[in-house]
Amino acid sequence: MDKFRLIPPQASTSAHQIDWLFIALVAIMLFFLISVFFPITWFAIKYRRGSNANRSNPSHGSNLIEISWTTLPVVLSVALFSWGAVAYYHIERPPPNALEVQIVGKQWMWKLQHAEGKREINELHVPLGQAVALTMTSQDVIHSFFVPAFRVKQDVVPGKYTSEWFKATQLGEYHIFCSQYCGTEHSGMIGRVVVMEPVAYQRWLTTGEAGESIVVSGRRLFLDRGCSGCHALNSKFHAPLLEGLFNKPVPLSNGETVKADQQFLRDSILLPGKQIAAGYDNIMPSYTGQLSEEEIMQLIAYLKSIADNRSPPPP
Amino acid sequence: MNATPNATTTIVRHSGAYALDNYLTSGQGVKSWLLTTDHKRIGILYLWTILVFFLIAAVAAALMRIELLTPAGDLVTSETYNKLFTIHGVLMVWFFLIPSIPTVLGNFVIPMMIGARDVAFPRLNLFSWYLFVAAGALALWSLIHGGVDTGWTFYTPYSTTYANSHVISMAAGIFVAGFSSIITGINFIVTIHKMRAPGLRWFRLPLFIWALYATSLILVLATPVLAITLALMSVERLWGVGIFDPKLGGDPILFQHLFWFYSHPAVYIMILPGMGVISELITCFSRKRVFGYAWVGCSSMAIAVLGFVVWGHHMFVSSQSIYAGMIFSLLSFLVAVPSGIKVFNWTATLYKGSITFQTPMLYALGFIGLFTIGGLTGLCVATLAVDVHVHDTYFVIAHFHYIMVGGMVMAFMGGLHYWWPKITGRLYPEFWGKLAAMITFIGFNLTFFPQFLLGYLGMPRRYHAYPPEFQMLNVLSSAGASILGVGYMLPLIYFLWSLKRGRVAGPNPWRATGLEWQTGSPPPLHNFEGTPIVTASPYMYDAEADRELHMANA
Repeated sequence: MDKFRLIPPQASTSAHQIDWLFIALVAIMLFFLISVFFPITWFAIKYRRGSNANRSNPSHGSNLIEISWTTLPVVLSVALFSWGAVAYYHIERPPPNALEVQIVGKQWMWKLQHAEGKREINELHVPLGQAVALTMTSQDVIHSFFVPAFRVKQDVVPGKYTSEWFKATQLGEYHIFCSQYCGTEHSGMIGRVVVMEPVAYQRWLTTGEAGESIVVSGRRLFLDRGCSGCHALNSKFHAPLLEGLFNKPVPLSNGETVKADQQFLRDSILLPGKQIAAGYDNIMPSYTGQLSEEEIMQLIAYLKSIADNRSPPPP
Repeated sequence: MNATPNATTTIVRHSGAYALDNYLTSGQGVKSWLLTTDHKRIGILYLWTILVFFLIAAVAAALMRIELLTPAGDLVTSETYNKLFTIHGVLMVWFFLIPSIPTVLGNFVIPMMIGARDVAFPRLNLFSWYLFVAAGALALWSLIHGGVDTGWTFYTPYSTTYANSHVISMAAGIFVAGFSSIITGINFIVTIHKMRAPGLRWFRLPLFIWALYATSLILVLATPVLAITLALMSVERLWGVGIFDPKLGGDPILFQHLFWFYSHPAVYIMILPGMGVISELITCFSRKRVFGYAWVGCSSMAIAVLGFVVWGHHMFVSSQSIYAGMIFSLLSFLVAVPSGIKVFNWTATLYKGSITFQTPMLYALGFIGLFTIGGLTGLCVATLAVDVHVHDTYFVIAHFHYIMVGGMVMAFMGGLHYWWPKITGRLYPEFWGKLAAMITFIGFNLTFFPQFLLGYLGMPRRYHAYPPEFQMLNVLSSAGASILGVGYMLPLIYFLWSLKRGRVAGPNPWRATGLEWQTGSPPPLHNFEGTPIVTASPYMYDAEADRELHMANA
């Protein structure tokens, strides 16, 4: 890792995209630099005081010239913007079927859990050639999960889920940096990504303390913490059934309709009074302080896993 | 020195060329300075005040660069390092860069450039300096009692809930400094509207005035938002009112929107006055009228307006909507266009000029070079996908130091050298001036260019310790910083030396056309012996005539 380089390792599909865009930007920067520095140097020499250059009929402006050197940058700007926006849209939206990893940031470490249940601290093992989507939140201040070799970065914000994804294209170990200033040991909040052959990754997942999968943990919490007491068919309380709910529209008592995404489920667990499903009373107790960030993520993973279950018809 | 052949102005003088008394000799003693309402003296009060803050912030930067010589955090603790970059940022932004050109050079030359006796509200002007001193005292109080470790951006919920440092006193200092800015802004706007000399129509204003007019508008419109933001942050920190911390039901991203709604326009508060100075310098030292006067003037206004709608480009990875990100990205590209127009017009101004390379011109050319690099690398951070990679890395640090230090500080130094003979009546030593300008230029590039490479390689900002592969570039950067330090120390020495020993400048050593040069150096108490009458555009320089003059003298 000690050899001198101008660009970091290109270890993901996004890395290639972004580097090409950056190279194009550098080319355009050089074009403008030369088109400013060359005339300045030339004029500075030619029209230095005492030189015999012809200075007759100096011009003090020309709208034609002004319009052309306004238009050219505008056109180039729109082109660069579009390229950047398309690539951004691609890096910001995880593809379906990506492997899922849940990440909780805290001062000053990363806690990670793979969908299969394996946990890690400050390390992330991923298979080569497969898209990996990170769902992230923070239990204190804002952090940012940055992997330079993958050219991806996303702030990790308390009270909110953010996501980041990549597809590794090169075996090896790469830096993880926290890039959003988060307090005293900010520069110690670092780790590494290990990109492995898919077979080795599968083996790794099942070695050591493999643990139960996130969905199983979530289901256990759903039963143990009393969720199933109300959110069930034969419950004596009138609470919505959660099968098939994930990512579906939910009509609210105030007339609005929201999508039952991760953020909605999280808010419903912690701040149940914030958005009340139409036709139900505000009777759910808040779980603030009773569930860790990891447990909330596990619960949501469980609710996601029953998204396709057809709920049985009411009795 | 004779007036230039195409004088911009006619001055109605009383008998005798220049009065013997000037603003420095009329009134002696500390009291005459502390109670002065003379815009020129207030400018000098500001100069001393911001010098103090610049030196403190520069020492903080030096300590950081020494720390970063080695990958391990071995010189200072993490906590101290975090306080160093916070104090560097806070003092440089609010107590040096924002006030620098407006309050020192602006205060000194705006009334003279428009042919007025003073600013519109002289006592308010003095009050604004006192507010600034009070603000500085609060900031220093915070520093002496242990400092702040939030970074100059005060991001929540770190600043409101988790930081264990003197956040409130520092925020209070910035809050008060903001009011000083607002008052100065109002004063300049009214002065420029109401106090122009007869004949000085809007499109005869020097471009420095246009730039400061645009700056003042931003100061007045944006600074209140900063005050609100800091007040809300303090309310949450002091009394636990949930505004930004999600644990209290708040939204941390809201803070970033509010903060950047001020702080992005603040970037233009910092750079626009610099651009104004450069227009004065380029014309004077190339003996040319500025190319495309109206385009340069109006581009300042375009920057001021567009600058208000690009704040979200600081938040592409913050979790703001990606569609909002796209709009902010497009607008950010567009705000680069008027800056480009200025650079192209300055370049075209040199064409068919009669160019000399005195110190102010060296700074001006340095400004164009460094600002152009800073501006162009701004395109990289405005490009969404690339910003995802370089955001919060040294690439961003390098980019904004090219604008703030390479741009604004070069312009400030250029302007200070240019107007120094007007301010003090004495010339600085030209040889040392040129030497310092070149040392600054070289030292600056050595310091900050390696940081672009570091940033693209992925080194995050605000890192006390870093992986060893980044060491070589960090050592290069620190070495450059020591050269840059020499570049800044030299003027400090020779400016002080010149106060007593410098050559007497005479009213107009640069044979410049601005109204401020058509009176004594140092100027009389009320600037002009009579009211100037303006009959032509600014910058009525004539390169051909200058060449002939030069041949005749040769």
